[in-house]
Amino acid sequence: MDVSMYTEIISALSATMRVSTPLILAAMAGIFSERSGIVDISLEGKLLAGAFISAAVAAVTGSAWLGLGAAIVATMLLSLLHGFASITHNGNQVVSGVAINIIVSGMTVVLGIAWFHQSGQTPSLPNTARFMPLHLPGSETIGNIPILGDIYTKILGGHNLLVYVAFLSVALTWWVLFKTRFGLRLRAVGENPNAVDTAGISVAWLRYRAVLIAGILTGIGGTYISIAQNASFIREMSAGQGYIALAAMIFGKWKPVPAMFASLMFGFLDALSIRLQGVEIAGIGQIPVQAIQALPYILTVAILASFAGRAVAPKADGVPYVKER
Amino acid sequence: MAPNDITSSDSTLAIDLRNISKSFGTVQANKHVNLKVETGTIHGIVGENGAGKSTLMSILYGFYEADEGEIHIFGKRTPIRNSSDAIGAGIGMVHQHFMLVENFTVLENVMLGAESGAMLARSITDAAAELDRLEHEFGLSVDKDALISDLPVGQLQRVEILKALYRGARILILDEPTGVLTPQETDQLFAILRSLREQGTTVIIITHKLREIMALTDHVSVMRQGEIVASRTTSETSREELAELMVGRKVRMTIDKAPAQPGDPLLRVENLSVHDHYGVARLDHVSLEVCAGEIVGIAGVSGNGQSELLDVLSGILPPGEGEVLINDHTVTPAHHTDPEQVRSYSVAHVPEDRLRRGLVREFMAAESAILGYQNASEYNGIFLTKPSAIINHSRHLMEAFDVRPTHPSLKSANFSGGNQQKLILAREMDPNPKVLLVGQPTRGVDIGAIEFIHKQIVAMRDEGSAVLLVSGELDELMSLADRIIVMFEGRIVGEVAAAEADEKMLGLMMANAHTPEPTLSTEEVPA
Amino acid sequence: MRRQPLPAWADVILIPIINIALALLVAGAVIALIGENPFKAFSVMFQGAFGYAEGVGYTLYYATNFIFTGLAVAVAFHAMLFNIGGEGQAYIGGLGVALVLLAFDGMLPFWALLPLAIIAAMLFGAAWAAIPAYLQAYRGSHIVITTIMFNFIASNLMVYLLVNIFIVPGSMSPESRVFDSVAWLPSAHDFLARFGIDVAASPLNLSFIIALIAGVLVWLFIWHTRWGYAIRTVGFSEPAAEYAGINTKKIIMLTMLISGALAGMAGINEIMGVQHKLLLDFVAGYGFTGIAVALMGRNHPLGIVLASILFGALYQGGADLTFEMPNISREMVTAIQGFIILFSGALTYMSRPWLERLFGLFARTEATEEVPHGR
Repeated sequence: MDVSMYTEIISALSATMRVSTPLILAAMAGIFSERSGIVDISLEGKLLAGAFISAAVAAVTGSAWLGLGAAIVATMLLSLLHGFASITHNGNQVVSGVAINIIVSGMTVVLGIAWFHQSGQTPSLPNTARFMPLHLPGSETIGNIPILGDIYTKILGGHNLLVYVAFLSVALTWWVLFKTRFGLRLRAVGENPNAVDTAGISVAWLRYRAVLIAGILTGIGGTYISIAQNASFIREMSAGQGYIALAAMIFGKWKPVPAMFASLMFGFLDALSIRLQGVEIAGIGQIPVQAIQALPYILTVAILASFAGRAVAPKADGVPYVKER
Repeated sequence: MAPNDITSSDSTLAIDLRNISKSFGTVQANKHVNLKVETGTIHGIVGENGAGKSTLMSILYGFYEADEGEIHIFGKRTPIRNSSDAIGAGIGMVHQHFMLVENFTVLENVMLGAESGAMLARSITDAAAELDRLEHEFGLSVDKDALISDLPVGQLQRVEILKALYRGARILILDEPTGVLTPQETDQLFAILRSLREQGTTVIIITHKLREIMALTDHVSVMRQGEIVASRTTSETSREELAELMVGRKVRMTIDKAPAQPGDPLLRVENLSVHDHYGVARLDHVSLEVCAGEIVGIAGVSGNGQSELLDVLSGILPPGEGEVLINDHTVTPAHHTDPEQVRSYSVAHVPEDRLRRGLVREFMAAESAILGYQNASEYNGIFLTKPSAIINHSRHLMEAFDVRPTHPSLKSANFSGGNQQKLILAREMDPNPKVLLVGQPTRGVDIGAIEFIHKQIVAMRDEGSAVLLVSGELDELMSLADRIIVMFEGRIVGEVAAAEADEKMLGLMMANAHTPEPTLSTEEVPA
Repeated sequence: MRRQPLPAWADVILIPIINIALALLVAGAVIALIGENPFKAFSVMFQGAFGYAEGVGYTLYYATNFIFTGLAVAVAFHAMLFNIGGEGQAYIGGLGVALVLLAFDGMLPFWALLPLAIIAAMLFGAAWAAIPAYLQAYRGSHIVITTIMFNFIASNLMVYLLVNIFIVPGSMSPESRVFDSVAWLPSAHDFLARFGIDVAASPLNLSFIIALIAGVLVWLFIWHTRWGYAIRTVGFSEPAAEYAGINTKKIIMLTMLISGALAGMAGINEIMGVQHKLLLDFVAGYGFTGIAVALMGRNHPLGIVLASILFGALYQGGADLTFEMPNISREMVTAIQGFIILFSGALTYMSRPWLERLFGLFARTEATEEVPHGR
């Protein structure tokens, strides 16, 4: 095999893991929220908020962990706000989500400028205040095995902690949803809240817990974007990844493992498209950079439009629970 | 508390509601209600729609909280603020609309909210064992691992009863449990309820069917306008007395109508089949005919193709196979049409689902009064509608059918069920259609309006319209229709002249256990 | 305490005012959080928006955009469709305007250019809404996500077009050439000057009048045509629409095309009225503001015009605010928009129970039929 082709593939797959991480975390967040019956357009805003707060706190304290903690607190607060509107007040969940996205879009810049005076960016972080790539145990020995070694050290290994957290969250989401009492009730409340209510369980408290978990996961996802994948916050840096995660969740039929694969697919196509930048393609010529940048969005639409986009949502998804008379 | 406590003299009351009141906004649903139910009896609560029966029971089950009043369970004051309080007090409820999670199994539904621990694995073994025990004790058999969405309605009700028993219910409330059952399934349910009573369970049943009250209960309470107006021992009262108490005046239980004078067929259906998107036949080679001047009733347990039949005939669904002839117009799969065009063939359609289809709740009455006729030239100029024509038409309909209040600009949702239904009937009958399709004309309608609606339908027949009537109320079919066709799983399984029909015969046909030709056997009668 | 159902005026006027007040309260708290005086900030904003003629002109110029995008969102809402794509539709609408004007500004007189430009704005805006609309109607794809994706795609497309095609050869900035002045919409100050009325120069132009006319047309269309009837039926109850023989899929298409066309009209104001050339990012969030405007205006054109003026004031006042208090950035206005969407769109009736109790209190003191208990 062509050596450069081989290294290209290895590095594309490695990039796939990195690019997919926030998508996976946000998709799991979406699964928790929507399985409980709360549509969460605000994944986008929560990723952005998490990115900003973690970068800001890490810049001030020099600690990535404090950044992560603060981001989680912030995104949980946003989740509470979304819950307050859509659970407590039976508000329109899509409108509430859009409101949160716009609020975050404005507030991150307002606060960024007020606190750091760098036209909305946060200061560039030293490596000590970031999540840095880890080396898997035994990398030295396994790394020497052809192909397998590269898979172990470059595709599976060599990522920062949060990448592994993302994959762990998939297993955890599956386990919670399908193996625990909480998961049973969560799935029930998204399908038929009346059944849950008449079984003597509080619909609101169940849904609040679900959106709070979504908050935690998006907080981690946002942290990853600004202080693991990058070294500072830049305005609008979530760039629609929350929406793409929603599409991945829909494509994965609201199931953790398929949603993870959908996220990986988006990530892979993204990683691949970046490699197309500036490459001459026979018969077409050079693909404009804007077309490559638009590709994730076009793919999202295409996937929603495909048959899989018509997957059936949890029955009570997006419907406020109002006791009928 | 053990069931044998019922013998002790002072705690013979399973339920003692004192002075319960509840309002929704300005509507007072329950006014100072007092209700006593003896332990180990079956107690019926009857009343018209909107009399407050369901609200009262929802308060007892903790679904709503009462504004004032006290609840005593087994002689002890028991505050009930939510369903888990009620469950804790030994109350179980089977709601009119089943509270089941469709994509869960029977087992998962039964254990939901009553799991044995935070992990599911143990709950599953525990629940399976307990279900086996209950099945043994009460003879309530049901496939534990079946998905709810795959089960027929009668089975779902058993799941609901099992759910209540699994939670240790000693008081079981059933809200209109027989609406979706065949007469035979109803008998089976009653047998189960009687055996529960034998074992000491207290049963409360809400219904508007007086026959069931007479057949099943020990005591009966009558509600009217949020109040309990009478309580009787069942053996000492009669259907007539209960009906009068429910309505507050004497009620005529029959409809006067002359024998039908059928003319030419106006509606003919030949070999009609329709499949849903899973490929399941919803209508399976249906052929029927409705002539001018007759009312043909369609009986069947809901979900056996009646709704799809109405939908195809009114143009909402395209036929899959076969053809429909309406007033010399042919509708075939190749040449199907839409509801607007079907209306132009002089067909009118009173839909089964009044609130979602028959009108738009948010529209003012005048707008709902042109639904389906919104493109008619009377109401439209080249670009703009003619508001005064629309209002005048609505006022005309409201006056002709005694819709109250006569207020065309009032929101449709603000009319009572009976008045909404009268408005829809007025709209559909006003153009004097040759073919009238009617679905569930009196569901959720008060008795006064029922009489009026029945008279109007008969009057349409007498003027020469062909009427196809789908109803879940066998009484209504037997008294209104001239012929009754029975549907089962999308097929027509029998037809009888209404004069010769009785409830048992129809019930057997609805369960596809019987065709009208052979003589009836009596073995099905429950003990 | 007894509750009293609210009179209509409280529902239509009082509740929206309370919701705006709440949004401004939160915004004030944010300003205080970053160490500035919220009262001073709001007074600077108010002065900037209404305090002088130029400010008023700017306020109404911004409002023009919001009327178009707000009407766009509202029309879609009537069919229960959430069009978040106003941003992209306005952007592409502006492209249509620019194409017409670049092609014909040397040939045709103004009275021929204006209708052509309007048609182009509407066609291009509608076209950008057409694919999400089709996917919603016929494939069931979530229109909220697809319209957002189309915003991103529009933004990339416009960068490509401006950098590679429209750019003036030799120029560094990705902009088209300036149109011939025959293709410029008359501005308010020029127009008024003809009658001897002298006002300060501002970008306010004829589009404001066009926007008001659009408002009247939308009102007639939604409430006084059979198409509007069909749209509202679909929005309130799809089963009822099905029963009435209304084709829901076609109505979704029709509604979204009209919605996109209205959003596209923002291009008339920006491109033909103010910028006089095609450039990057001229939409500047107006599409998103349309959501806030529609929600605040309760999807009614009159409410939308009033809400648009309020948002115009916020934009204009916000510009002055950044100038006077540099610590508060322009994005404060974005955040305020978000708060307004939250309070008037998702927490609309949060205050209702309180108001009902309040009204109940008054009703009791006035009326005599109530049996008094307590007090």
